[in-house]
Parts: sequence; C-alpha cells; structure tokens
Amino acid sequence: MALTDALKAEFDNLCTKYPHRRAGLIPALHRCQEELGGWISPEIITDCAEYFKLEPVEVYSVASFYPMFFLSPIGQHVVSVCRNISCDLRGACEITSAATEHTGAACGESSKDGRFYLEEVECQGACTNAPMMVVDGKYYEDLEPADVARILGEIQ
Amino acid sequence: MTHETYLLDRSKLADSHTLEVARADGAYGALQKVFESSMSPESVVGEVKKSGLRGRGGAGFPTGLKWSFMPNHETDSRTRYMAVNADESEPGTCKDRILMREDPHCLIEGCLIAAFAMRLDAVYIYVRGEYRLPYDRMQAALDEARAAGIVGDNILGSGYSCEIHMHKGAGAYICGEETGLMESLEGKRGHPRPKPPFPAGFGLWGQPTTVNNVESIFNVPFILARGADWFRTMGTETSPGNFLCGISGHVERPGVYEVPLGISARTILEDLAGGIWKGRSLKAWFPGGSSTGVLPADMLDTSMDHDSVKAAGSMFGTGAMIILDETASVVRSALVLARFYEHESCGQCSQCREGTEWQEQIINRLLSGQGKSGDVELLVDLSKGMFPGKTICALSDAAAIPVLAAIKYFREEFEACISSPEEILA
Ligand SMILES: Cc1cc2nc3c(=O)[nH]c(=O)nc-3n(C[C@H](O)[C@H](O)[C@H](O)COP(=O)(O)O)c2cc1C
Ligand code: SF4
Ligand code: FES
Repeated sequence: MALTDALKAEFDNLCTKYPHRRAGLIPALHRCQEELGGWISPEIITDCAEYFKLEPVEVYSVASFYPMFFLSPIGQHVVSVCRNISCDLRGACEITSAATEHTGAACGESSKDGRFYLEEVECQGACTNAPMMVVDGKYYEDLEPADVARILGEIQ
Repeated sequence: MTHETYLLDRSKLADSHTLEVARADGAYGALQKVFESSMSPESVVGEVKKSGLRGRGGAGFPTGLKWSFMPNHETDSRTRYMAVNADESEPGTCKDRILMREDPHCLIEGCLIAAFAMRLDAVYIYVRGEYRLPYDRMQAALDEARAAGIVGDNILGSGYSCEIHMHKGAGAYICGEETGLMESLEGKRGHPRPKPPFPAGFGLWGQPTTVNNVESIFNVPFILARGADWFRTMGTETSPGNFLCGISGHVERPGVYEVPLGISARTILEDLAGGIWKGRSLKAWFPGGSSTGVLPADMLDTSMDHDSVKAAGSMFGTGAMIILDETASVVRSALVLARFYEHESCGQCSQCREGTEWQEQIINRLLSGQGKSGDVELLVDLSKGMFPGKTICALSDAAAIPVLAAIKYFREEFEACISSPEEILA
C-alpha cells in the first residue's frame, strides 16, 4: 500500500515539531505500519524516502535498526512475550509455551491461518508485573499461563 | 517503617493525570513561584545544585552541575534543547512509566522549570515506542497544559515561552544512551556518538543539549517548591532525596516503592516487598538494574545509595532491585542477560559487537552441558577485554560487568556446568 494523502498531511503537521524534517521519520514509520498493513513494505520505504527527501536505502537502514518495525508481512495480531530477566524469573517460558500452543506459531513466525504473529521480546519496562506480554500494543501483566488462551481467545 | 514521600503522592488521587486534579493538588505551583519571586535562571540552577539531586537514569550524575555545563547564552546564541530520556529499557526498571502515566503534569512542570533555568528553546520527551499509554497520557496532558497557557507562548503570563514535544522511539535499548537517543531523535539509527564533544556543546542537531532522565526532572518541581534544604532532609549527604525502587523477581510483593536513598536493601526486600516468595531464601540480587553487578545474599544490608552500593563493589544504577531465590540459576540469568546485550549492541565497536556474541555463545554452551574446561576463565578474560573505556558507549561495560560479578560470587555454579571427561564418557 502506498502512502496516502491523509498520512502525508499528518506528516506535514508532525514535522513542524522539528527544525529538520528527517526527525519525523521514525514516528512516521510507526503511522505507516499502523495504517498500511502492519509492516513496512518496499513501497512504503520508497514513498517515505520521497516524502523525507532521502534515499530509499537510508529509510531502509533506519527501519531495519528498530525492532518495532517489521520488514516482511506478518500475522494480523502481534503477540510479544517478554523474555528478559524479571519475566524469566517468574515463568516467561510458560507464557511463551502457552502462546505457541494457542496460536500454533513458533517464536518469530506467524500462525498458518495468518491470525497471529508470535515473538519473544526484551524487557518492556513492566518488570514488577512479570511475567507479561504485549498484544497489538496493549500490555497484559501479572500473567498466569492459563490467562494466555483467554486473552488471545477474546481477540476478534 | 514510615518516611516522608512526595514522588508518588499525587498518583494516588483518582484521575491524577488530568490538569484539573493535578492543579487542585498544587501542580504548576513551583513554576508559578519561580516566576512570581522573579528568580533568575541562574538561581534556579543554583537551587538544584544545592539540593544535591543526582540523575536517576543510571549514572547518578549531579543534575544541577549538568545544567551548568550549558554554554553561556550571551556568548552562544545557538538554539538550546533538552531531551528527556523516557526510553526506560534497562531490565528491571519500570518507574518512569508510572510517573508519566499517573502524573504527567509534574513531568511537564519539571521540564518547564528546567527550560527556564537553562534558557531552552524546546524540550523533547523521547518515549520508548512500546509505552503507548504513558505516551498518550503525556500527549493529552501537554494538550491540556497548552490550552491553559502553561506550555508554549508566554507561559502563565510570565513573558517566557517554551515548547515541549513528544517523540516516539521504536524499541531499541541503545536509544536510552544519551547520544544514541539524540541520533534516534534526529531520525537515524541509534548509534551512540563518540564523546567528546559532549551534548552541552554539540547535542541535538549540533546545538547545546541537556539529556535527563524522567525521574530526575520529576524531582525538580518539589525542590523548587519546598527548597533544597527540605530535599536534603531525605536520603544521605551525597545522595539526597527519595527514589523509586522497582523490586522484581522472586519476591512476594513486586512493585515500585518510593523510599529515601540510603535505605537498606533488606528493608526494601523484607518490609516492602514482603520477602522472598514461597518461603524460600535469598540467593543473589541486582541492586540497580541488569547492568549492575549481582551481589550475594550476605550483602543485603547494603544501603541503597550511590556511594554505598559502589563501596559494595556494584552500582546503584536505576535503583531497580532484581531478586533471585535459592532455586534460581545464576548461569541462566547470565545467559538471559548476555542474549539481551548481544541483541542490543549497535555493532559499531568490535569489543562490544564480538564480545557480547562470544559471551552468549560461551554461556549457552555451559548451560547446555557442552562447556569445555577453561571456559569460565575464557569468559572472564573476554569480559575484562570489553571495558573500561574501550568502546564508544558504556553498553559494552554493562554487558561485561554482570558476567564478571556473577563469576566472582558464583564461580562454582559456572564450573559445575563443565562436565569432566569421565562424565562425558559415562
Ligand atoms: C546502554 C545504555 C542505556 C541507557 N538507557 C537509559 C534509559 O533507558 N533511560 C535513562 O534515563 N538513561 C539511560 N542511560 C543513561 C543515559 O545515557 C544518561 O546518562 C541519562 O539519561 C542522563 O540522565 P540523568 O543524568 O538525569 O540520569 C543509558 C546508558 C547506557 C550506556
Ligand atoms: S559499545 Fe556497543 S552499543 Fe555502544 S557504541 Fe559500541 S557497539 Fe554500539
Ligand atoms: S523483564 Fe519483562 S518487562 Fe522487564
């Protein structure tokens, strides 16, 4: 999907926050990923390059640096389970297993029906409420393994 | 145990994130006081210096002193910035998220006082991309404050103007390092810059910039409202004030607790967090996030302030205690962290890029029973080669220190992973 006029208008406004337009690139990539299919496609890279007056390779180099940007298509709902120390100490592995079981996807993969993408992530800054996972940007904390199927089951 | 609190008081009120509730509770009173008492910018810096406030982002650098590094505005007419570091990604650390989510107006007030003191033109609050709710709360609070004439032009009718902008990161630990943060804010990969030049001379877009942690700035309105002398009644001589201690891992009541600096780690664990879970006993604890060296159970009486934790051979860091009970594997925790630093190294420096990868490989083979004799010594030598001062930023140190500390106190656990030839044959 290509950059829409509505997004371009939004970026015009966004870039007024900064003395140099380029600073808007990362927030803009977030908006693209949210609005244009859940990943940063080659078309988005080219369009953002044109909008920000950069080379496509520069946009690619930025997008590929940040773990929150996906450079290939993934399942519809993103399930991210924290694997770092505070969560690991309180059973993150069981949360990951429960998520694998429910979605049928291994870590770093999408489920066959395309509904879920499952990944392990580093500390999400919710360590005192470990273990935790993030589903489509929303935090779910103080988890028990049994909570996972319920939470994922409620997602439309 | 009772002690005076201030950081989390407002957040206990319903709807504390709204301007109405915050103002009724005294928000922006310190800013008003600064304007009404005609304090000069220099005297605001002086008050923060006098308070002895130290940065809560990990290094514990004196905040007022950092502010005084900004160039003289009469001889340097460049645009001046502050970047508030809300990247909060040090494992174990989750305090800034609560402050932004529950009391965004206090952070805004702190930014405005800092802006006045350093004569800033604009402030950027760099929030890690995953923190959606804290970001949205901050943005809504900013919009409310702007509409009420508190942010932007002619703040509270003082004639002073300053903009505050929210900025969203995209999930990289290294963007919490202050120069990595600035590169990232400029729309680039978060590659830390060699220092010098330091941010005060060459920061965002090459202009004078100060980088401060959320909790550091959050303390500022209280210091200005109640005075540096009041601030010094809490904490210790060299580390005054309260701090937010996030305590996580194997405890009964994990949480973020407001305590005075200098409180004993035992009091935090036993009185506030309810002790070790499941009736077990303590094996090891990280005093201040994953980058600070782990300490054994018999050092639990260490005071939680910068000097005391340093004297104990570790670091105060972000004050986030991570607790391991007697059943925990120190080697496994070392692997979890090695994997993290390997993942987060930006790759510019070979000691860090290669070092973190080898650390992970060696610990991995130890844990999977493939360890070779000499591996523990190899891990020590390798880690010693990663710091100090050998790389552009301190991520390499942060990766090396916890491994060395773990081996220092729990060497036998690492050695036990190495099978003897007889065991292999059997
Ligand atoms: C690898 C690395 C990661 C860091 N991450 C953070 C962070 O997430 N938040 C933070 O405030 N400081 C972080 N810091 C420390 C900052 O570089 C900087 O010292 C701090 O933001 C200064 O603020 P303060 O003086 O108010 O503490 C990090 C440092 C390093 C080396
Ligand atoms: S020490 Fe590591 S993270 Fe820091 S600049 Fe060098 S390679 Fe990058
Ligand atoms: S370790 Fe999982 S949220 Fe911090």
